[in-house]
Amino acid sequence: MNRNASAPSASVAAGAAARPSGWRLAVPLSLVLLLAVLAALPSFAPYFYIFVVTEILIMGLFAASFNLIFGYTGMLSFGHAAFFGMGAYTTAMLLLHVELPLVWALLASMATAALLALVIGFLSVRLSEVYFAMLTLAFGMMVYAVAHQWRSLTNGSDGITGFLLRDFGLGLDLQLADPAVYYRVVLAVVAIAAAVLYLITRSSFGLMLRAISENPERVAFCGIDVRRHRLAAFVIAGLFAGLAGALFAPFNRVASPDMLHWSQSAEPVLMTILGGAGYFLGPFFGAAMFVLLETWITSYTEHWMLFLGIALALLVMFFRRGVLGTLLDRMLRR
Amino acid sequence: MTEPILSVTGLGKAFGGVRAVDGVSLEVMPRETVALIGPNGAGKTTFYNMISGRMKPSSGRVRFQGRDITGLPPHAISRLGVSRSFQINNVFTELTARENVEVALTALHGRAFSLFRPASRDRRLLAEADAVLERLGLRPLADTRAGVLSYGDKRLLEIAIVLATRPKLVLLDEPTAGMTPEETRHVTRLIRGLAETGEYTFLITEHDMNVVFDLADRIVVMHRGRLLAQGTPEQIRSDRAVREAYLGEEESA
Repeated sequence: MNRNASAPSASVAAGAAARPSGWRLAVPLSLVLLLAVLAALPSFAPYFYIFVVTEILIMGLFAASFNLIFGYTGMLSFGHAAFFGMGAYTTAMLLLHVELPLVWALLASMATAALLALVIGFLSVRLSEVYFAMLTLAFGMMVYAVAHQWRSLTNGSDGITGFLLRDFGLGLDLQLADPAVYYRVVLAVVAIAAAVLYLITRSSFGLMLRAISENPERVAFCGIDVRRHRLAAFVIAGLFAGLAGALFAPFNRVASPDMLHWSQSAEPVLMTILGGAGYFLGPFFGAAMFVLLETWITSYTEHWMLFLGIALALLVMFFRRGVLGTLLDRMLRR
Repeated sequence: MTEPILSVTGLGKAFGGVRAVDGVSLEVMPRETVALIGPNGAGKTTFYNMISGRMKPSSGRVRFQGRDITGLPPHAISRLGVSRSFQINNVFTELTARENVEVALTALHGRAFSLFRPASRDRRLLAEADAVLERLGLRPLADTRAGVLSYGDKRLLEIAIVLATRPKLVLLDEPTAGMTPEETRHVTRLIRGLAETGEYTFLITEHDMNVVFDLADRIVVMHRGRLLAQGTPEQIRSDRAVREAYLGEEESA
């Protein structure tokens, strides 16, 4: 063996200390358990909680789509709400004007959001770091302005309302107007979308993204077109944000400019940092904490923004890698 | 007469008024090992940056296997078969050693847009990555996060990434920088072994003259952005201009 004297015992030790094999089963098992509990939720929880958990799932998908470009690719976008809103408007308008089954509206929303992401991404991904963040913020505000001003199409600040949820499509007989049924549809769609996103993060493409987030230049010298990969990640993230928005419009019975506002773009950023960008489920965890905190604090005081801010600041200060991230790090001793 | 694998003519780069590289012409033949030496600030790294696409030259052309590659982006030049290492460690610290190599292999095999196939199930890629690691003696550390590797192992991993792109021309920028004497001997042996396979052409910058005289078929001396001399190690050793450039004045980057 040609390992020389200075070959570090530390390297070997750290390699050997990879996660204990017991965890390999623990994660999928607890996920299955969690999904089972979530699926059964309507049979024992009051409607209030069904609404809360529906929102958590939708916002979790929104945040997880954001984390594909933030945590995995290393690009901080401040305009992610543009795609969420695009999905919401597409679904609301299709349900209102064309009366499509929901599943087709969802797919159409993914397509329009991806298309918008392709345009914004094409112009943004060439820039790095803070310039990328500013440019996505600027594009996000432009999309907001269009939705706000183009009254004939978007109905301005009132947004698109009055659409009805008919059938889901695919021959499924679902009473979507029932919040419990809609909740289960959201759960199924979000679970499938999350599984696809997860698969992408584990693929060769996902490996390229992780490498790009750390050292884009080195990746280029390995023969990889970094810009095309950034753009592809941006479009995929936009597509899933569009799906989240498309689920959100029927849930809220409205698609309004608020959903495109820059403050809406801040939410996935906060949720992801709160939960932990280093783990796939971090953004979902962050979304749950965010929505629960918001719900809980608003029930006590109308100054909820102040207290939410304090709670978020403390959590970010004491859980540097996000709450889920820090807890898992500790359990797995990474 | 065989064609040179790399042919550089009148290559120049000016930063403001400073000519970091000033009209350098150089030919490298296939399977040759050429050492590029010179004091700090001589323009060696800038020269590398222009060949590998990191910087666009202000003047001159770069031809690789007869094809003009001047000003192509780094990923395109890498795909044609020119790969470089870096003076400082430039590995992906958050990835394992094997994943570091996989990044290069993925590009090579056109899997970079393989969206749904788990990278960890790509047997062919994994086997190939392990073979590259084996070649550098890094196989036992394949699952170790690169960030916790020792300095010397990181330097080796850097070379592993370069080799994984299956280059024809390898640009090594001070491969033994910061290494212990023993690590330096190890890397020198390794590079000689690779050169003897006849698969690669090496262009190496290096400060350690032992390494240079040990490896090089030909030595090229740069000084203040220009080519000062070139020749066999014996010729360079006895060249007066070279001695003066090195001994007469000390300059720093």
